[in-house]
Amino acid sequence: MQNQELRAIAVQVRRDIVRMVHACQSGHPGGSLGCTDLFVALYFQQMKINNRKGKDTYLSFNMDGKGEDLFFLSNGHISPVFYSTLARRGYFDVKELSTFRKIDSRLQGHPTTHEHLPGIRVASGSLGQGLSVAIGAALAKRLNGDKNLVYCLMGDGEQQEGQVWEAAQAAPHHKTDNLIAIIDLNGQQIDGPTEKVMNNRDLKAKYKAFGWNVMEIKDGNDMDQVVAGLRKAKRLTGKGQPIMILMKTEMGAGVDYMMGSHKWHGVAPNDEQLQTALNQLVTTGTIGDY
Amino acid sequence: MTKYTFTEKKDTRSGFGAGMTELGRTNPNVVTLCADLVGSLKIDTFIKENPERFIQCGIAEANMIGVAAGLTIGGKIPFATTFANFGSGRVYDQIRQSVAYSDKNVKIAVSHAGLTLGEDGATHQILEDLAMMRAMPNMTVINPCDFNQTKAATIAAANWKGPIYLRFGRPVVPVFTAPDQKFEIGKAWMVNEGKDVTIVATGHLVWEAIQAAEILEAQGISAEILNIHTIKPLDEKAILKSVRKTRCVVSCEEHQANGGLGDAVAQTLAKNFLAPQEYIAVENSFGESGTPAQLMEKYGLSAKNIVEKSLKVIQRKQ
Ligand SMILES: Cc1ncc(C[n+]2csc(CCOP(=O)(O)OP(=O)(O)O)c2C)c(N)n1
Ligand SMILES: [Mg+2]
Repeated sequence: MQNQELRAIAVQVRRDIVRMVHACQSGHPGGSLGCTDLFVALYFQQMKINNRKGKDTYLSFNMDGKGEDLFFLSNGHISPVFYSTLARRGYFDVKELSTFRKIDSRLQGHPTTHEHLPGIRVASGSLGQGLSVAIGAALAKRLNGDKNLVYCLMGDGEQQEGQVWEAAQAAPHHKTDNLIAIIDLNGQQIDGPTEKVMNNRDLKAKYKAFGWNVMEIKDGNDMDQVVAGLRKAKRLTGKGQPIMILMKTEMGAGVDYMMGSHKWHGVAPNDEQLQTALNQLVTTGTIGDY
Repeated sequence: MTKYTFTEKKDTRSGFGAGMTELGRTNPNVVTLCADLVGSLKIDTFIKENPERFIQCGIAEANMIGVAAGLTIGGKIPFATTFANFGSGRVYDQIRQSVAYSDKNVKIAVSHAGLTLGEDGATHQILEDLAMMRAMPNMTVINPCDFNQTKAATIAAANWKGPIYLRFGRPVVPVFTAPDQKFEIGKAWMVNEGKDVTIVATGHLVWEAIQAAEILEAQGISAEILNIHTIKPLDEKAILKSVRKTRCVVSCEEHQANGGLGDAVAQTLAKNFLAPQEYIAVENSFGESGTPAQLMEKYGLSAKNIVEKSLKVIQRKQ
C-alpha cells in the first residue's frame, strides 16, 4: 500500500478515535491521535500479518501468531487507536467501535484478551508491563524458529516505571534482535509535561547504555518519516541487538485544540468540540465513518 | 428506622482531598506524594498551599512507597497517593517490607477502588486490595462510605501511629453522614438498629444497605446496619453483639468475595458464634467497562441484591 493511501486511512482512524471517545464520554484521545500514523503504517504496510479470512469474512486471528509479526501496546490507555486500526484492518466489524467502553463490550477501556477481541494478545492498562511481555513473545519466536518480528509501543511517561528498565536490561542481555520497541515521545503525561513531572532525561543515551540499537523518527506524525523509520528499523534487526525507536509525536495530532498540551490526555470532547474535530479530519477516500 | 437523607452527591476522593487540605493547614509534618494522578486524587489545594510538602513521583509507584517509608524516618507523615490498583497489588512487596514489616508511619491513600471507577475497565478495577491488605500484618485497613466520612478518616489517619491503607472511590455518591464527625479507627458505626437481620457494609455499599433496609422495612423486616469502615482491626464486638441478636448476617462490599470484609466477618463468626451469612460481593470475577450504576447492577452489588440476600439469609436461620 502506498503512503498516500495510508494517509487517507489515518484520517479515518482519527475520526473513529474522536467519535468513540465522544460516544462514551471517556477514554484517551490525545495519545491515540498522536500514535495514529504509526498504527496505520504498521498494520497496513509494515507488519507481516496473516491475511487469511475466517468464515465470517474477518481476518482469522491466532493468539500464537506463528509466521506473522506481533504488536504489543504497553500504554494501553490509547486503546481507541488500537481498536480502530484493528477494525479498519479487518479483524472485526467497524460498527463494533460504537460499543467502546460500554457495558458488555469487547472493546474494554483498556485492551484485554478476556473478551476475546481479535488482535489483542495480552491485557494492558497498568503501565510498564508491555515490553516484558514483548520480550517473552520474541524469545518464543526464536525458540520456534519463527523469523518474524515483535513490535512494542510504550509511552514516554511510562518510561518512569521501574519494570521498563528491568525489561530494558533483559532484552539486550538475551540478544532479542527480533524486537522493535517504540516510545511515543510526546513530552506529555497526565499531570503535565514529562520534563516537569519526572524528567526522563536522555532516553537515547540510557537505552544505548543498556545495549539497545537506538534510532529516531523526528516526526511521528509525518507518514513518510514513520514508514522510512520502520523500514530502517527492520533492516537493523537480526544483528544481535534489540531496536529502540524514539518517535517524536504531538499529543492530539490532527485536532488543533487538542495539540500542544497534556490537557487532552484523557478527556472526551463535547458535541461542539467533536464537530470541530471532524471538520478538521476530512477524508478523501472511499472509506467512511462506522 | 433511622431516616437518612442527602442534599448533595460528592465523590469520596474529594472527601480525601478536603481532609488533606485541612491537614496541610494544621499538621506541618504531613507530606503528600503522588504518582502522576494529582487531579484524580483531588489534592490540588494541598499542593497549592504547601508546594514544598508535595512530592511528585511520576509514574513510579514502587519508588513512591520506598520514598514514603524514608520520609517517616525524618518524622514526616507521608500520604502516598495513586489509584487503588497501583497502590496495593503493584507495590505489595514494597509495602510489606519497607512499610508494614519496618513499622513505618506511611498512609497509603488510594482512589478509584472497585467497580465504580467505571469505563476504564478491569485493568484498573482492583477488587482484591482489601484481601491483600487485610492479610498483611501491622496494616490498618479503612474504607469509608461518603465524602464526610472520608474527610474524617483522612484526618484520623494522620493522627494514628502506624501504616494505614485508606481506600476510596471515583463516583459521586450521596453525602449522608454528619459533617465534621469524629472518626474512630476500628470502631463500627451503628447506622440503624434492627432485629431480624444484620447488614454489615463498607464503602459505597453502606448507602445501598440503607436503601435495602428501607425496602425491607416496608415488608415488615427490621434490618440492623453496621458500617464497618475499618476492615482491620475489625470491630468484632460490635458484629458479634448484633448477630447474637439477629442470628444472621449479610456482608456488603465492593470487592471480591474472597478475602474481603465478608471473609473477615465469617472468620469472626466461625470462631465465636455460628450464624448463616450471605455475601454481597463480586464472585471470583474481574470487572469490565461500564457506568458505575450498570456495573453495580450487573455484578449484584445494588440495594435490590441486598434485599434478596437478606430474605434468603433470614430463611436460613435455625
Ligand atoms: C502503573 C500505572 N500507574 C498509573 C497509571 C495511570 N495513568 C494512565 S496513563 C498515565 C500517563 C501516561 O503517560 P504517557 O506514557 O506519556 O502516555 P500519554 O499521556 O502520552 O498518552 C497514567 C499515569 C497507569 N495506567 N498505570
Ligand atoms: Mg506521553
